[in-house]
Amino acid sequence: MRFGILVFPGSNCDHDCQYVIKEIFRQEASLIWHRDASLAGFDAIIIPGGFSYGDYLRTGAIARFSPVMSEVKRFSLDGGIVLGICNGFQILLEAGLLPGAMLRNRSLKFICRDVYVRVEDNKTPFTRFLRKGDVLKMPIAHAEGNYYADPDTLLRLKERGQIIFRYADESGGILDSANPNGAMDNIAGICNKERNILGMMPHPERCSEMALGNEDGKRIFRSVIEAVREGEYQIKFK
Amino acid sequence: MAISREIIEAHGLTEEEYNSIVKLLGREPNKTELGIFSVMWSEHCSYKSSVVHLKKFPTSAPHVLQGPGENAGVIDIGDGLAAVFKMESHNHPSFIEPYQGAATGAGGILRDIFTMGARPVALLNSLRFGPLDKTSNKHIFSGVVSGIAGYGNCIGVPTVGGEIYYNDIYNYNPLVNVLCLGIAKKDRIFKGNASGVGNPVIYLGSKTGRDGIHGATMASEEFGDGLKEKRPTVQVGDPFTGKLLMEACLELMEKDLILGIQDMGAAGLTCSSCEMASRGGTGIEIEISSVPLREKGMTPYEIMLSESQERMLLVADKGKEEEVISLCRRWGIDASVVGMVTGDGMMRVKEKGKIVAEIPSRALTDDIPRYNREMRVPSYLDIIQSLDINQLKEPTDYNDVMIRILASPNLASKEWVYNQYDHMVRTNTLVRPGSDAAVIRIKGTDKSLAITTDCNSRYCLLNPYMGGLIAVAEAARNLAVSGARPLAVTDCLNFGNPERPEVMWQFAMAIEGISDACKRFNIPVISGNVSFYNETKGLGIYPTPVIGMVGLIDRPESITTQWFKDKGDIIVLLGETREEIGGSEYLWVIHQMERGIPPYLDMDKEAGLNRSLLDAINVGTIKSAHDISEGGLGIALAEGCISGSRPAIGASISLGEHGGLRPDMLLFSESQSRAIVTVRKGHLDDLMRIADTNGIVAERIGVVGGGRLSIELPSRGTVIDIKVDEMREAWREAIGIYVR
Repeated sequence: MRFGILVFPGSNCDHDCQYVIKEIFRQEASLIWHRDASLAGFDAIIIPGGFSYGDYLRTGAIARFSPVMSEVKRFSLDGGIVLGICNGFQILLEAGLLPGAMLRNRSLKFICRDVYVRVEDNKTPFTRFLRKGDVLKMPIAHAEGNYYADPDTLLRLKERGQIIFRYADESGGILDSANPNGAMDNIAGICNKERNILGMMPHPERCSEMALGNEDGKRIFRSVIEAVREGEYQIKFK
Repeated sequence: MAISREIIEAHGLTEEEYNSIVKLLGREPNKTELGIFSVMWSEHCSYKSSVVHLKKFPTSAPHVLQGPGENAGVIDIGDGLAAVFKMESHNHPSFIEPYQGAATGAGGILRDIFTMGARPVALLNSLRFGPLDKTSNKHIFSGVVSGIAGYGNCIGVPTVGGEIYYNDIYNYNPLVNVLCLGIAKKDRIFKGNASGVGNPVIYLGSKTGRDGIHGATMASEEFGDGLKEKRPTVQVGDPFTGKLLMEACLELMEKDLILGIQDMGAAGLTCSSCEMASRGGTGIEIEISSVPLREKGMTPYEIMLSESQERMLLVADKGKEEEVISLCRRWGIDASVVGMVTGDGMMRVKEKGKIVAEIPSRALTDDIPRYNREMRVPSYLDIIQSLDINQLKEPTDYNDVMIRILASPNLASKEWVYNQYDHMVRTNTLVRPGSDAAVIRIKGTDKSLAITTDCNSRYCLLNPYMGGLIAVAEAARNLAVSGARPLAVTDCLNFGNPERPEVMWQFAMAIEGISDACKRFNIPVISGNVSFYNETKGLGIYPTPVIGMVGLIDRPESITTQWFKDKGDIIVLLGETREEIGGSEYLWVIHQMERGIPPYLDMDKEAGLNRSLLDAINVGTIKSAHDISEGGLGIALAEGCISGSRPAIGASISLGEHGGLRPDMLLFSESQSRAIVTVRKGHLDDLMRIADTNGIVAERIGVVGGGRLSIELPSRGTVIDIKVDEMREAWREAIGIYVR
């Protein structure tokens, strides 16, 4: 299958995502420059982490105007799978493809370390190889991961099962002490209501090999690959 | 226009230097030319006081592809690949404006690396601050950390390690030394020379503004009052542009569009153009009206001396200009032809065709004054070296001593710092910050590189020669315990005012120490940087010659970390412990003294230890290995228990006689050439045999397991018995408590 990985000026996890898809999963993965406006022929799109446009103005606030973003919108409306990681999540929020916004971490500092997240829902193409309640260890690396949504939005997210990952302790307890950045309700990842767009702050591409200490991230990519292979999600939404 | 004595002095030049300039030009310089000379002849750019000593370094070896003299050094690491690295200081700017000073320090060294055709893959930094109980030091410390994070995180190069020490001597002279490592194809190394008469000289990157004018001169002076006035001499970094510039340059290189390239760092356009001409044996002509400017009305003087960041100068083949410019435009980077290569050896600056400066390039890069400055053994040396151990009161509660040393900011966990650095981006970081050396893999091969920075400036104050030896030895040992064979050194030599004979003596001695160690261990010095004038109001820093070292690990199985692994593993002490607490952390934390004679380094023993470590690691015997350094055996054991990312694990230790050393000497002596390793039971004999073959004393001292660290001495019974969680908390929280 073919993954497309978007490259904005300032993206810096693009190569890391490409490496995992190509070297670990032996799938095709092409880098797509943000001005190259076609996503035809791709099975899934990854919006990688980094500092698109240097995080100037607000994280993701400028990238959302890049020509490729209207294509991403079209691609997702067709049922295509879109995974936004870290800055990719922030861009999806700014582009209105996912609800809510990111605030600065409550420590006001950049945080890079391993965290645990609990899987809240596995009925998505990103989590089908996971069980509800599974705890994954993944690194975060961001200064703006403090997720915020207004009460109505939050309620809807909950009702529709759109909250996919929440920060937890090692045994799956949702505690404030396990919340690295102050995110509302410990939210680490959400999907859209059609469930084919996922935004998540942790970096699964940084934990997809034992050499890097853990492979929990692999289960997310594997879910996407299997979802596409079985045609389930394209058929449902195309 | 006549050049007055005041103008000469304001440019940091002496009268004799000015007279040499007149001689070299055959006339009086104009003010632009004087400005150009002043930056190129500044200590920062010219190394005029250090070069006679730097010549002592061993710089060649079969695997050295590029030694000192280029933007960075290059070594062959096999598989058609090369490691490119260098360390540089940004001390003065970081004191004046911590965030930008540190950020541009990272930016500058990154440019030095990608200039060579290498993709930067790791940053490390070696930092020195005043103690954190002082508000101004907290401000500098957290500003510097944010600045390094701000630049490194944004550009997407992981900051994987380094070191941080605190001492009153750095109150007004913090040190910010940044090391960058890049990987390049061995046959695709780019250099900073201007070749091919008539070829275009192209300017890339940010527009030129009035920032950083005379930054190099500022970095070549002591600080007095009026610090704020210096603020405009600090450059402002833009990591986003840095990232785009990096990607554009790497693509230009991949497409073979570049003949020579150099970044505009200290002394900006001036330095890059005359150095490129000088290295290429050519001349260079710059039309200043073509330089992209940020503001109107800038004079040639300002344009030539600006240190605006994120700028590069390159030479391309004639006819390739458009291709270069359009590639840059795709990355959103300004590019414009600003001059051409000439054959007359002159650096000529024109403004709309009219010559505003004309200087032989060599006069700026080669005909620099060289000083073999006066040296004198400091008279205070006898006093600070004296230490009567019998006068030291022996502590009564060793548990308390352990906790206090573990919570000393010098030894405490630096997690508060490195959690602010993205240390994982590029997914190569196999050993994260917190072990003796950082390890990054080289994708596409089985190999990894281990990297460390080391210097104990207390040792260097007490005996600069020994301090220099130990800095190299400790770096090599940190690599060996990580499973790496040392390949090469970069250095960052931070000292006070070289015009003081005592400082010059410290410098010369430290260099001799570094040279002797590098020669003995066959580790060449391939790049480096000298930072003098780290003085404020006449008070200079301790000599701080920081060593950066890179080593190679051939197979992933050899990668070794410092923390204890599993219950039941046997703990072995390698090396001999002597009564050496001069300059130790114990002496400072517990007895508030910085004095005595630093530990002695026996280079043969050191080489034997490193051979033992690497032999044992390579046959798969070792489960953990940790260098014993500051804090001695006691702290090394504690770190074995608590420094891993998994829950802390205890150890039961029972030490032998060790010549009847006093418990505090035995536990906290900083004798060199020692390490703690753990093995599984069945491998103990193998380890003992390997150590014996290499002439290294090995003593089985205990077993891993439980939730406590207990240490028993033959004379006293159990002197330490403490919960590992208690040690861990004290060690992990210490820095955060200060800065919160």
